[in-house]
Amino acid sequence: MAGIAPHPQDWLRVTPAGLLCEPGGFFIDPTRAVDRAVISHGHSDHARPGHRHVLATRDTLAIMTARMGEGRAGATQQALPFGDPVTINGVRVWLRPAGHVLGSAQICMEWQGSRAVVSGDYKRSPDPTAAGFEVEPCDVFVTEATFALPVFRHPPAEAEIARLLRSVALFPERTHVVGCYSLGKCQRLIAMLRQAGWDRPIHLHGAHVALCRVYEELGIRLGELRTATVAKKEELQGAIVLAPPAAVADRWARRLAEPVVAVASGWMRVRQRARQGGVELPLVISDHADWDELLATAEQVEAPEIWVTHGREDALIHALSLRGIRGRALHLVGRGEEDEAEEPAAT
Amino acid sequence: MSLPAFAELLERLVFTPGRNAKLALLGQWFAQQPDPDRGIGLAALTGELTFTAAKPAMIRELVASRTDPELWRLSYDYVGDLAETVALIWQPRAGVNAPPPTLAEVVEALETTPKAEIPALIAGWLDTLDAGARLALIKLVTGGLRVGVSARLARVALAEWSSQAVEEIEEVWHGVAQPYTPLFRWLEGQGAPPDPRDAPIFRPLMLAHPLEEADLAALRPGEWRAEWKWDGIRVQLTAGPGGKRLFSRGGEDISAAFPEIIAAMDFHAVLDGELLVARDGAVAPFADLQQRLNRKTVTAKMQRDHPAVVRLYDQLFEAQEDLRALPFDARRARLEAWHARTAPPRMDLSALVPFDSIDTLAGIRDGARAASIEGLMLKRADAPYVAGRVKGLWWKWKRDPLTVDAVLMYAQRGHGKRSSFYSDYTFGVWREDGELVPIGKAYSGYTDEELGWLDRWIRNNTINRFGPVREVERGIVFEVAFDAAQLSSRHKSGVALRFPRIARIRRDKPVEEADNLATVMALVENRPAAD
Repeated sequence: MAGIAPHPQDWLRVTPAGLLCEPGGFFIDPTRAVDRAVISHGHSDHARPGHRHVLATRDTLAIMTARMGEGRAGATQQALPFGDPVTINGVRVWLRPAGHVLGSAQICMEWQGSRAVVSGDYKRSPDPTAAGFEVEPCDVFVTEATFALPVFRHPPAEAEIARLLRSVALFPERTHVVGCYSLGKCQRLIAMLRQAGWDRPIHLHGAHVALCRVYEELGIRLGELRTATVAKKEELQGAIVLAPPAAVADRWARRLAEPVVAVASGWMRVRQRARQGGVELPLVISDHADWDELLATAEQVEAPEIWVTHGREDALIHALSLRGIRGRALHLVGRGEEDEAEEPAAT
Repeated sequence: MSLPAFAELLERLVFTPGRNAKLALLGQWFAQQPDPDRGIGLAALTGELTFTAAKPAMIRELVASRTDPELWRLSYDYVGDLAETVALIWQPRAGVNAPPPTLAEVVEALETTPKAEIPALIAGWLDTLDAGARLALIKLVTGGLRVGVSARLARVALAEWSSQAVEEIEEVWHGVAQPYTPLFRWLEGQGAPPDPRDAPIFRPLMLAHPLEEADLAALRPGEWRAEWKWDGIRVQLTAGPGGKRLFSRGGEDISAAFPEIIAAMDFHAVLDGELLVARDGAVAPFADLQQRLNRKTVTAKMQRDHPAVVRLYDQLFEAQEDLRALPFDARRARLEAWHARTAPPRMDLSALVPFDSIDTLAGIRDGARAASIEGLMLKRADAPYVAGRVKGLWWKWKRDPLTVDAVLMYAQRGHGKRSSFYSDYTFGVWREDGELVPIGKAYSGYTDEELGWLDRWIRNNTINRFGPVREVERGIVFEVAFDAAQLSSRHKSGVALRFPRIARIRRDKPVEEADNLATVMALVENRPAAD
């Protein structure tokens, strides 16, 4: 890049509405309604309703429309395939897969020879429901830091699915109810169960039904799904049921047959915390990068400077400094309100 | 693969509240693991096998040599538990592809490795394991494995897995040592039951059924003997050339907690009795005995302040002679003669209570208000001593419970089937200054309908939350039944209830009319001298 290229801090600015690309005149994942928004993925702490113009992947736009209602997910929508650049007020913008959930994208921007990549939420481990993360070298990389402590190293998700299936085999008369978020984690679990050979119907809490339908419409095959709410108790013996984390140990779960309460989340890694929540089978399955993935990504993008958003900035910035990379905490408001970005409170 | 498999078992046991589920997990372990690993694992779970090879500080030093101090500090701050932080943060050396150790390898290496080489040994193992197995290994080698599997639960699991009667297993249990290979061989039908020979083993206790009104009418006085039901814990004393043991009712070896009893067992016999705390012949409330329970060791001061005694009920063996097939009267005569001859210190006989009619006996029972007495035991004069709860041979006839009207203050969700219900209730009574003070906690006595109703009421009337606990509006009065009220310095109210349960929900009663603390205090009996 040319020596005279501006530093990204001169054209990317934190505002109360979120991260603003000043020359482009657009916000990235703004937390309030704006004129022009570029959206990384469909979780509600990144995708808010009421923007006038929204640019995102086709899948993210479909998810937003399904969740917010027709017309609320941007008065005008612009679908951008991965890798296709557009120019907005002189800023070149393109998307790369982030591997977080279906449709999730890193937002890559270049202005006057200076390049920044906002990764949104991402992970590096495989996920049959989301396109895999692609490395885009840049001058500034904006990373999440949800699991930015060296104690968070997610085990292979396949091994956790295998543990769940071993438990189902050991307790064939009980329902296994897995607490998971409705966008992303739920469908990933279903797809992984299918890969592991589980071909029986999977039962869903009502809150999970709509987005599974959207995934199917977008071409992700999930197999036979049923609504747990109308199922008979006998039918739920030996069944796997997916439900929001808040429902698994509460009144809703009474309809299940002697449930084994599982929760699928990166937070389950710390057993002492998992135990406080009354979880019987903690499954460490996360859609966020773990410590090793955060550091590997930081090195691969070759950025001399990394901005760290929501999560545990201290440890990551310290670890980056040991590698000669300048880290900077980027204080964005309103992050971590939907998926596992927020550590669950003990119930 | 046995250490990772053990880690998975361990984790599931720790997280599983249900007893049946724990039994299934243990059964799977017995079925799938080879000898000697399954026995070693079992011994580690029940606390029969503990290591002191490594101290937590040594593990901490191991990890410090591989970890940036700032990252360690942030991580330890977050996780809060040393062993778990180490297990999670441990970065295996690149290129390690040795298989994880088996439990047998771990046990053998810890016994044979020189002390100076232990850290390197443990580090080498940690490099072969995943995070869950690292945590299990660290807990194992530092002696910090606390999973709450009692020896009793283990024996029930062995019984369910093998379809052998649990009493049979209990008869041999204390005569076999880990890794229990002969025991497993027998349970798999491949060998004779292990012969305990002279080892001081536990013989399953004979237990009583509660006496109902209907049973009472059928009793003919001449066929029955009565004695007091003392409020301590049932124990079995076994002593002989092979050693001395004090067992709890479930077969836990509690010898270490009561050295003064062991010291007094200078005889060759097996006895059944009640362990009590007594001062100058007067039995102290159960709360005093509680101070002595669940301890691995006991201080001289504890023995002095809370002296233990045994009140003998029955004799199972005299020397090698098995008395269990004899009728109660004959065993009682043998016990009395043996006791007169042997005169063991710290042990007296539980006196028989004479009576000529069931009515007289009922009067005696109603008159017994000492807190150290729970009621009466009725034993058939001709009954042999048989393991377990055989109906019609022994009855327990507890005195009528006391009751108090108390106000629901806090509620907490239960476990297992009740995990979605607020089923554990803390209740209180009015103090003179108009404050409610908690006097106890109950989680039984109500019907399923009442539980459902209470659960809804609690959710709709919550005024505060403290983690899993909800504080509720003062709006529900419980009639709480309990066996005795005893002074307690550990409760804010100064009083503790024995076996409290919800007798009724007093929907008719306004909370202002619930009982006050003075009423409850008046029910406290056998006040011990201040100590």
